[in-house]
Amino acid sequence: MKILYFAWLRERIGLAEEEIDLPAEVTTVGALADYLAGRGPAYARAFAARQTIKAAVDQRFVPPETPLAGAAEIAFFPPFTGG
Amino acid sequence: MPRIVVSLADFDVAAELERLQADAGAVASFVGVVRGQVGGRPLAALTLEHYPGMTEATLTEIAETAMARWQLTDCTIIHRVGRLAPGARIVLAAAASAHRADALAATAFLIDWLKTDAPFWKREDFVDGATQWVDARDDDILSRNRW
Repeated sequence: MKILYFAWLRERIGLAEEEIDLPAEVTTVGALADYLAGRGPAYARAFAARQTIKAAVDQRFVPPETPLAGAAEIAFFPPFTGG
Repeated sequence: MPRIVVSLADFDVAAELERLQADAGAVASFVGVVRGQVGGRPLAALTLEHYPGMTEATLTEIAETAMARWQLTDCTIIHRVGRLAPGARIVLAAAASAHRADALAATAFLIDWLKTDAPFWKREDFVDGATQWVDARDDDILSRNRW
């Protein structure tokens, strides 16, 4: 599965994107955030402010309980600040 | 057919507004510009990041929502990305209609929804070398939700 990071998440993790083989028990967007947070100190720091972090599945904005089944691309990012 | 552009390049405001004049009696617009300082601290640049693909799709949806909610002849959203110096234009939202009320309301809607719903992120790069990602503002959510 392709995972994308934007803004300060990208800077803290040090990656814009990566491919990850997910464990079978990681079935939702929220569970994926928990799993990623456990991958090392940079990830833990990036995902520390969990309430602030938003997600998209296949480029659609989604809540944490969204299932990952069938998804090709998951993105994590802070709230939008354009305009 | 709304015009949606996401680009590193600057845009020509006069040319964009003239383009909207066809079949219209009123053209309203909003232009966002990079400020020179934040809280008295001089800014070297604003860096705009986005989510290619999702950005264009979201802006198209916002523009189509405006076209459905107001009597518009057309509308335009242009948003720049990359590193922008103080004084540079960031965004243009513009709407054209037979009369001013719909053009003005739709323009405010376009920029309010863009701020909260389109995947852009701003980083302030200060003259002293520090950088700071801009926090989302509660005011922006309130502005979005009035529509």
